[in-house]
Amino acid sequence: MSATPVSVFSIQEFLAEEREKDLLRFSTAGSVDDGKSTLIGRLLYDTQSVYEDQVKSIQGKGTTAPGQIDFALLTDGLRAEREQGITIDVAYRYFSTSRRKFIIADTPGHEQYTRNMATGASTADAAVVLIDASKGVLIQSRRHAYIASLLRVRSVIVAVNKMDLIGYNEATFQAIELDFRRLLEQIAADTGNPVEASFVPVSALAGDNIVHRSQAMPWYKGHSLLELLESLPSSVNTRQAPFRFPVQRVLRPNHMFRGFAGQIGSGTVRPGDTITVLPSGSTAEVQRIVTFDGDLEEAYAPLSVTLVLDREVDISRGDLIVSAQTPAKVAKSIQASLVWMDQRPLLLNRRYLLKHTSQTVPVVLSALHYRTDVGTLSREPAQTLHMNDIGTVSLTVLRPIALDPYGENRATGAFILIDTDTNSTVAAGMITSAGTDDGVGVGSGLVDGWGRVTAGERDARWGHRGGVLEVTGPLELLDAVERSLFSVGVVSCRIDADDDAFILHPSLLEIITRIQFQSGLLALVVRVDESGAAMARTEGEQVTLDATDSNKATAQVHQLLHSAGIFIPSEKAGL
Amino acid sequence: MPVAPSGTSSPPSPANGSSRLSHLRLLEAESIHILREVASEFERPVMLYSIGKDSSVMLRLAQKAFYPAPIPFPLMHIDTGFKFNEMLEFRDRTARSVGAELLVWRNEAAIAAGTNPIKLDTKRCCALLKTGALLDGLRHYNFDAAFGGARRDEEKSRAKERIYSFRDSVGQWDPKNQRPELWNLYNARVHPGESIRVFPLSNWTEMDVWQYIHEEKIPVVDLYFAKERPMYVRGEALLPVEQDFMALPGEKPQLVKCRLRSLGCTPCTGAIRSDAETIPEIIAELLSFRSSERANRVIDHDQEGSMEIKKREGYF
Repeated sequence: MSATPVSVFSIQEFLAEEREKDLLRFSTAGSVDDGKSTLIGRLLYDTQSVYEDQVKSIQGKGTTAPGQIDFALLTDGLRAEREQGITIDVAYRYFSTSRRKFIIADTPGHEQYTRNMATGASTADAAVVLIDASKGVLIQSRRHAYIASLLRVRSVIVAVNKMDLIGYNEATFQAIELDFRRLLEQIAADTGNPVEASFVPVSALAGDNIVHRSQAMPWYKGHSLLELLESLPSSVNTRQAPFRFPVQRVLRPNHMFRGFAGQIGSGTVRPGDTITVLPSGSTAEVQRIVTFDGDLEEAYAPLSVTLVLDREVDISRGDLIVSAQTPAKVAKSIQASLVWMDQRPLLLNRRYLLKHTSQTVPVVLSALHYRTDVGTLSREPAQTLHMNDIGTVSLTVLRPIALDPYGENRATGAFILIDTDTNSTVAAGMITSAGTDDGVGVGSGLVDGWGRVTAGERDARWGHRGGVLEVTGPLELLDAVERSLFSVGVVSCRIDADDDAFILHPSLLEIITRIQFQSGLLALVVRVDESGAAMARTEGEQVTLDATDSNKATAQVHQLLHSAGIFIPSEKAGL
Repeated sequence: MPVAPSGTSSPPSPANGSSRLSHLRLLEAESIHILREVASEFERPVMLYSIGKDSSVMLRLAQKAFYPAPIPFPLMHIDTGFKFNEMLEFRDRTARSVGAELLVWRNEAAIAAGTNPIKLDTKRCCALLKTGALLDGLRHYNFDAAFGGARRDEEKSRAKERIYSFRDSVGQWDPKNQRPELWNLYNARVHPGESIRVFPLSNWTEMDVWQYIHEEKIPVVDLYFAKERPMYVRGEALLPVEQDFMALPGEKPQLVKCRLRSLGCTPCTGAIRSDAETIPEIIAELLSFRSSERANRVIDHDQEGSMEIKKREGYF
């Protein structure tokens, strides 16, 4: 060992202290030029989180006065942004104080702003919103506060920067605070999520109130930015929440062991607890909580563990293990807020993939209720969402999933949407409510959508659009066609065109089929013809069917419905 | 590698009254979640094992993620032919004790042609022996996901790296066109030929890695610990004796008490003077350091933004 026992003793003490430190994740965002990079650079520099060689590599560069370090250069990483002088993507920074470790999600304030802010906020416990004191509350600060509230970031610290430029004027600071508090109230009314806000006047350039309290603003009696960050409630405390455990993987090293591996989304689990597996609804008791370091008597969010149950239950990846007393909802129709993140705008009635907990499910966006203008907080009718738009939508997943509203549970209320062609992540979603209309109802039902049911919603539920299909042929073939449509889940209504009622009232057939079509049903108008000829017609397209081979004929009918656009293309649905 | 539970390594139990999880437990839980997601969503994942401290931590996390089942993917080491012998011995011993399949991939043609950083420059040498070999190896085995031990705190261009880092069909990285990554919902969709690099240690810092090694008693290569070693001393730089072509005329190695702070190729990795013989002493030394961990790597400095350029080309 070393010859300096004193320093070894102190390092042991240091390690013991380190072991006790927790972790706070916060996001930052601001407008171009409001000094966000400078603020973070200053925070890192003043907490001794940058090395000398990194400081040396930026000395004499940048845009600050001679002799002054341009702190922004410590954090502006990529060449492209160095060239443009602006940050373009979320960057993660790390620093620690004697009290806790911090992860900063540093998000740019201009290009793709909403997309990046939402990304940063999704994992954040707190958000630091920057306001340029010389300019007041600008759109980007409003946007950041809105997104923090939408993504349920618990605490917001509003750093009013560049106080040095306004002579450290107290009245200006107070006016900005008043302004912003009013805005936060409006935002909370819109999103339903109030945030706790603290305000601190700072100068990132001069270092005022960043780490140490500033002499320049004796009128400010509050904490420095760092002190505020150190005192916020510590991250992830969902131990009292209902138990949620998305199964990532089934571990079967041999026939003696079958364990379900996952990360606890919320709550606490102990051996002996009764759990329910969703969406199947099977119940079992937890026998063991297995880890590499030995079995546990108790485990809670967000630990990654492996559960062994007391009986054989059919469980696979994507299932959600929940406490039997407080299960999650199981639903196919979902209402959600969406942040659109892709160049290609949202397409209603198109199929996307929805990744939620540990499963990926095909989904159709059935209705767009409104878009929220983050600047004015007004809700506007919209046909689509473009990159950085925020909207409220209805979705239908092709098989039921177990979920909670995002407001109650981040782990089981969040999802992303993936474009099936480009594989891009196109949207972030937060579930606001879900229907339980699917015959698998567990938990209490919530209202399924609102207002008049739209064509898109019907199409999404049934997997096809409304239509009128006329088929003529031998009775056996007509039966086969109806049966084949029924077996793939088409909601159809068989109408015999030779019925006396239609002969008496010729316009009746047209009226009935129109109503069915408008209701999203497939009106199947059949005429028996035993002469050996057969045909099918829809939306002006007609095909001659093989009357001798009903398998072939039904395939021809399905093909016709596809080409007429009545069947919605899918990867997994049988249509 | 010890498998038995050790006193300090078990997750906190409520018995000790701890009301919150330490940062290391939070980081561990996050990394294990990532390892399990990738193993479950990709057809052919591989863990790039570089023998260093970060790889050692990543390997331990993989053991934890799938316990009591074995690690469900192979390890692959990209051997440039310039690795310290101690590293290669450690690599083989570790793979055996963990029970993992070990693949070693070398750019044999370039090695046979005598590629070295003196003959070429460090940039072109890396391109052939590291990046080239890596892309070849991934292609050869048709891997669609590769774990790497890189951390975001290592270097500025890594700060914007995703946990799932998408690579096109020629293995390149486009920093302007990264998929947004929200919550812990990772997008694993790739077209045939495309792949993902995955960084389970993204949110760990150098200090976290050493503390974890300490708490978990994870074995690491002896070169990290200070002892008397023969070195060529050039100003501040200490160059290991492994490669004799580096010697200047008349230059003689001296015995210097030193250690390596990060493990790279012999010609490009300098040692630092140090008395740190134990992990607590290394951590104490880290606290007093005034330069970042990669400062002794020649490769990061040969061009402004050099790491970013390498990453675009496919380097880890």
